[in-house]
Amino acid sequence: MPEKVIMPQLGESVVEGTLIKWLVKEGDRVEEFDSLMEVESAKVNTEIPSPATGTLLKILVEEGNTVKAGTILGWIGDPEEKIPTGDGNYVEEVYSETTQPIQTQSEVVASKQDIGRNRDLGFISPVVARLARENNIDLSLIQGTGNNNRITKKDVLQFIEKSGGSEVDSETPAWETPGEGDLFRPTELQFPDRFKSTQPAVGKIEEKVSPTKVQTPVSSGDQIIPLTKMRKAIADHMVMSKHTSPHVTTVMEADMKLVSNHLKINKELFSRQGIRLTYSSYFVAATALALRAYPLVNSSWTENGILVKNAINIGLATSLEEEGLIVPVIKNADGYSISGLARVIGDLVNRARSHQLKPDDVTDGTFSITNHGTAGSLFATPVINQPQAGILGVGAIKKRVVVINDAIAIRPMVYLSFTFDHRILDGSTADNFLAKIVSVLENWQ
Amino acid sequence: MPEKTMVEAIRDAMDEELERDENVFIVGEDVGQRGGVFRATVGLFDKYGADRVIDSPLAELSIVGVGIGAALYGMKPICEIQFADFIYPAFNQIISEAAKMTYRSNGTWTVPMVIRAPYGGGIGGGLYHSQSVEAFFAHIPGLKVVIPSSPYDAKGLLKSAVRDPNPVIYLEPKKGYRLIKGEVPDEDYVVPIGPARVSRSGEDLTIFAYGMMHYYALQAAEQLEQEGYSAEVVDLRTIYPVDQKTILDSVKKTGKALIVHEDNLTGGYGGEIAAIIAEHGFHDLDAPVRRLAGPDVPAVPFSHPMQEWFMVNPEKIFKSALELARY
Repeated sequence: MPEKVIMPQLGESVVEGTLIKWLVKEGDRVEEFDSLMEVESAKVNTEIPSPATGTLLKILVEEGNTVKAGTILGWIGDPEEKIPTGDGNYVEEVYSETTQPIQTQSEVVASKQDIGRNRDLGFISPVVARLARENNIDLSLIQGTGNNNRITKKDVLQFIEKSGGSEVDSETPAWETPGEGDLFRPTELQFPDRFKSTQPAVGKIEEKVSPTKVQTPVSSGDQIIPLTKMRKAIADHMVMSKHTSPHVTTVMEADMKLVSNHLKINKELFSRQGIRLTYSSYFVAATALALRAYPLVNSSWTENGILVKNAINIGLATSLEEEGLIVPVIKNADGYSISGLARVIGDLVNRARSHQLKPDDVTDGTFSITNHGTAGSLFATPVINQPQAGILGVGAIKKRVVVINDAIAIRPMVYLSFTFDHRILDGSTADNFLAKIVSVLENWQ
Repeated sequence: MPEKTMVEAIRDAMDEELERDENVFIVGEDVGQRGGVFRATVGLFDKYGADRVIDSPLAELSIVGVGIGAALYGMKPICEIQFADFIYPAFNQIISEAAKMTYRSNGTWTVPMVIRAPYGGGIGGGLYHSQSVEAFFAHIPGLKVVIPSSPYDAKGLLKSAVRDPNPVIYLEPKKGYRLIKGEVPDEDYVVPIGPARVSRSGEDLTIFAYGMMHYYALQAAEQLEQEGYSAEVVDLRTIYPVDQKTILDSVKKTGKALIVHEDNLTGGYGGEIAAIIAEHGFHDLDAPVRRLAGPDVPAVPFSHPMQEWFMVNPEKIFKSALELARY
């Protein structure tokens, strides 16, 4: 590989030097340590030895020019070797040692985020390497402000801050895998005994509405899949819900830039404490705040009036793969910090997956959230989980072009759909509630 | 709250402990009638008598040996070693007897003893009145090693040390005896042995120090602020067992660590802090860990310019911290 010839730093405070004379012509051979050129600086006038044995392939700086220390003056190598391109003539070299061969472009890319001395980026500290890896950042895009233009931790954090995060987290958060069609697996199906006495309303409505009365003709080649208990229960629950509440859906969008930044910066920190931080925590936190601001949303319809619940218990629709969905409930969701929420959600999801949820974990929900976005769905009109008053649907977080202050910006955006029971809520309250969630997310700190 | 010097706070702590518990007594060279060469025990001989403030012979081995024996019989000795430089004749007693007693007796015998020793240079003391000895003792499980850097901590930590069932080496930065002043409550309080203290909050780097160097580190941090850098300062206070969490939390926050001590560099206590950070905080580091310490020469020189060459001071800390902040 060709070797760079650079302008040496001739003395401690000297920043530049003048190339007086090349002592070797382009195309001529030179031995390592033989005199290659004459250089003059503020302090000395001296002959500079060749850093390598080979042919002087290319002279980049002509005689008489004054350039900064570290500037590449030329290349030495085998005659048939190509000179690396893309490396500007006046790139300042961070380190003055010239005895190691320059890396090819591909090697540079491969080792970009390695810890240690990287010739093109300067010293990459462990924390910078970690932040780059966690946030999937190309460090060559960052201008370093540290010693010898090293990229500092602050530089990376500022870059993340400015760029609004390079891309939306592609990892699938645990509970956010899409379900197999059903938005809900009724909790009474999981723990039938518990519901026998407490929710007679379900049975009552079932009697009124027998869902499958339409006769469908069966042709040859068609197939009948027998109804399992679960399938039947889900069907009844969905029909019951649709017949119980007049469903209305309103949709808003939220700019997730600040949330996305916060997630990126804290994800690794949290994971080292054993906490898995996902977007879920932010949606739950924002919803809890909005429920506190608009308590009417946190309610149930009863014969005696609207029952406004004091506790904010938020259910999260969690996929159990082919088995369906379950909705573990975060009790008193408004009482947690973001790390506390992440911890509780992580615990519930893990136990949901390993079938270790207790009856208490799936009951007493006062509101529900479903994330249909991970399969790419932008917005949906989810079915209310009775006897709650509403459900929030979270769509896919996608980068979109938006207009901010009459300028075009690229931001990670999400559609939030809020389906509510029109017996309890009118459009304006519902919209205020949803706007509050958007406001919390967009102003995340 | 009254403002007091370090040495006054130390005297108050001993006075209150002598008053509180009749098993507490002081033994050391010139601690009685003379009131101690640094006046740390002044007035206590008159108040508590020759049986509880005991002038010893010039024999450190016996001071510590007497302390261990008395402690095994339930007394609470406070042994004063006049200068930490003189502690070596008692080294065997401390390491082989005091530190190991509880372990070797399976917990049936304890040595609730405090050894107070003024340490450190910069006071024109020359080779034999300036040494820093903390690294020897911070290596020994069975001992606790405490170094206060403020009058408040000096009183609270000494009271904790007297009440601790284990032998505690309590090192006093003697240059700070009258130089460092601060508010000290008159009432009874303790500062627990173990936790470090973030004495100044900052973002750009952390300076870890104890004793006199902590006092200097705060001054260096002031200078750094004028250069536009915010330095966090951590006063370790107890160097064995050391508070790893506070150290690592601070490194996580700032990404840069400067460890300062007056003792010479090689094998000095700073290596332990550096190792903790390297082992458990590597991925938080934004710069190589730095140590600033005395040079590896046999002792603090007597000649004044040579003494100043040896001593770490606020200016040296400032320069080293500034380089690190700019790294």
